Amino acid sequence: MRYERDPARIRKVLGDKVQFVQGDMAAAYGGLLAGCSFFGGYPITPASEVAEGIARMLPRVKGTFIQMEDEIGSLAAVIGAAWGGAKAMTSTSGPGFSLMMENYGYAIMTETPCVIVNVQRTGPSTGQPTLGAQGDMMQVRWGTHGDVEAIALAPSTVQECLDLTIEAFNLSEKYRHPVCLMADGEIGHLREKLVIPDEDEMTLIERVPATIDKDKFLPFGNSQTRDNKVPDFPTFGTGYRTYVTGLTHNKKGFPATDKQRDHEELITRLVTKISDDREKLTNVERVELDDAETAFVTYGASARPTESAVATARKNGMKVGMLRLKTVWPFPRRTIEELSKKVNKIIVPEMNLGQIVHSVREYSCDGCEVTLAPKVGGEMHLPDELFGYLEARK
Amino acid sequence: MTAMIDAERLRKKYLRDGMLPTIFCNGCGHGAAFDYAFRAFEELGLDMDKVALASGIGCSSRIPGYINADGLHTAHGRALAFATGIKAANPDLTIVVFTGDGDCTGIGGNHFIHAARRNIDMTVILLNNFIYGMTGGQLAPTAPIGSISTTSPYGNIEQAFNICELAKALGAAYVARWPIFHPYQPIKSIKEGIQNKGFSLIELLSPCPTAYGRRNKLGEIDSLWKWYEDNTILIEDYEKAMDYGTEEEKEAVRGKFQVGVFQNVQKPGFFEEYDKLVQRIIAKEDERKGGAE
Ligand SMILES: Cc1ncc(C[n+]2csc(CCOP(=O)(O)OP(=O)(O)O)c2C)c(N)n1
Ligand code: SF4
Repeated sequence: MRYERDPARIRKVLGDKVQFVQGDMAAAYGGLLAGCSFFGGYPITPASEVAEGIARMLPRVKGTFIQMEDEIGSLAAVIGAAWGGAKAMTSTSGPGFSLMMENYGYAIMTETPCVIVNVQRTGPSTGQPTLGAQGDMMQVRWGTHGDVEAIALAPSTVQECLDLTIEAFNLSEKYRHPVCLMADGEIGHLREKLVIPDEDEMTLIERVPATIDKDKFLPFGNSQTRDNKVPDFPTFGTGYRTYVTGLTHNKKGFPATDKQRDHEELITRLVTKISDDREKLTNVERVELDDAETAFVTYGASARPTESAVATARKNGMKVGMLRLKTVWPFPRRTIEELSKKVNKIIVPEMNLGQIVHSVREYSCDGCEVTLAPKVGGEMHLPDELFGYLEARK
Repeated sequence: MTAMIDAERLRKKYLRDGMLPTIFCNGCGHGAAFDYAFRAFEELGLDMDKVALASGIGCSSRIPGYINADGLHTAHGRALAFATGIKAANPDLTIVVFTGDGDCTGIGGNHFIHAARRNIDMTVILLNNFIYGMTGGQLAPTAPIGSISTTSPYGNIEQAFNICELAKALGAAYVARWPIFHPYQPIKSIKEGIQNKGFSLIELLSPCPTAYGRRNKLGEIDSLWKWYEDNTILIEDYEKAMDYGTEEEKEAVRGKFQVGVFQNVQKPGFFEEYDKLVQRIIAKEDERKGGAE
């Protein structure tokens, strides 16, 4: 039995077009719509509902769900499934994400498309299991060893849990890279209205299969059929007999562990295939920024109280706006730089003791003051608290 | 055709171009493993386009690099979990995993346990050399008591894994152990393992003269051979000695490695069962709602 994406079956399984569901479930829906046919996962709060949702749905569309023995095995199986030809995903939270770091790096090194949904909580260690936070925003960027670029998206609504999961699949296929949906416990467990897009309301990007002559095919160099740095994909079983290794390898895929040039060339391509497209990948929402003198820069659940604080500030005649990052990595450097030229102050609300604020500071111009508005302990910022930050920095 | 010429022919057919020489030291047992696999592939008439290899990290885990087939050289210990995913995505592929004792039962022990328990249809060729070879000879969970390694310089005091007994207890469909010196039984077992529709484990006792043999005074290649001859016993002979032997005869075999086929049962593999589950759900659904239009 082989999976084939069957829109009629998928829609039958998803049910009504308009629903009232949790963010976790919306991410599972997004996977199903994107054509995910393999899910390997391990239970962890607040992400378990993603796995539970997909465990119910996947067999009904002829996909495969396996509860693996741990998160290391989950991502391993997902990567294996991708080489076997599947669109594959997993879901987890902080402790599991920490365990995934080695195989996350393996997926980057071997250019394996796959999606990791991280419904974040806090830490270190087991932390507050049932409460949300934004604990892994830097781990997703720097958590695996070596030089990497990351693609990470952050949803602020249940609808975005679905939409950005589809987007995560699309970007993973386009760049042959593991893409992370960095939700947080708040959004994952939030219930709100969800509209399921029709087939003609969504775009799906598919893997570009290897087609050229087998003797000439180079599985780990620039594409040989298109003008970009993403090689075509030689799915296992299609006769290309590809050797895939996490060791530094040459364009053929053969180990080249002691060759400086090969390593430099490989790693540079792996990083720049993404960073070259930084502007294209930038996906932000701008709220009341046109005349703003102070801007909040935020993402995920924190954007919700921030938006309320902006409304209060405006009512009080303060020129305040919000920049919301939907793509957090690769970091929207130019957008931040431009914003910092326009406003005097940037405040970064985050549900941690400061992660993305560091990047905001790094790319802001000198004259702009960048400060953090942290909230930890499993609670969201209150709009009043954020308004308080504004007043204190007047 | 003599055996030598035949081995050359098989190497031509199954070796991956451009990967030689191998990383293996002189006298390393691992090199024989892919010759045996080639012979098994040949006798089964496998279409190598439909074979996917996987491995972890270690000297033994380098083998898929030398074989002309799709191969996933993964992270240390994780090969079986990766292989599970490959098989899930394309059940038509024949999955063969090459792994070491450290890779499979040290860092990867949990994946091994669960792949065997789930009875995933794959054939695992585990090269047991009682040591972490690639990293220079540290203690492995398979090292016999008293073994000297760089991290057990005063002798190992830990009880070793009995990998085949473990696999058997987990309900693996096919379990065998052989010393790597004799080609015929390993080849036969690799064939039987691939033919078996469930999880197959073939443990090959393979010498590492560089990192184990030298330190543990097993000597050069000739005396290494003898060590394996002296320290292995067929399962039947072991059982006979244990059932009917004198105390001295029992004592003489007690510490030896039993070799042979420990288990060979036919039962549906995980994905066969999964398929049935999906058929059942889909049939019910189509019946209820009148098809998926
Ligand atoms: C996560 C991780 N830990 C440690 C290592 C270092 N390492 C590489 S190979 C190896 C041991 C391999 O031993 P075994 O599987 O018995 O294979 P052999 O080399 O003896 O054939 C170790 C510890 C690694 N690559 N990755
Ligand atoms: S170190 Fe040991 S296992 Fe590794 S190649 Fe040399 S002999 Fe073989």
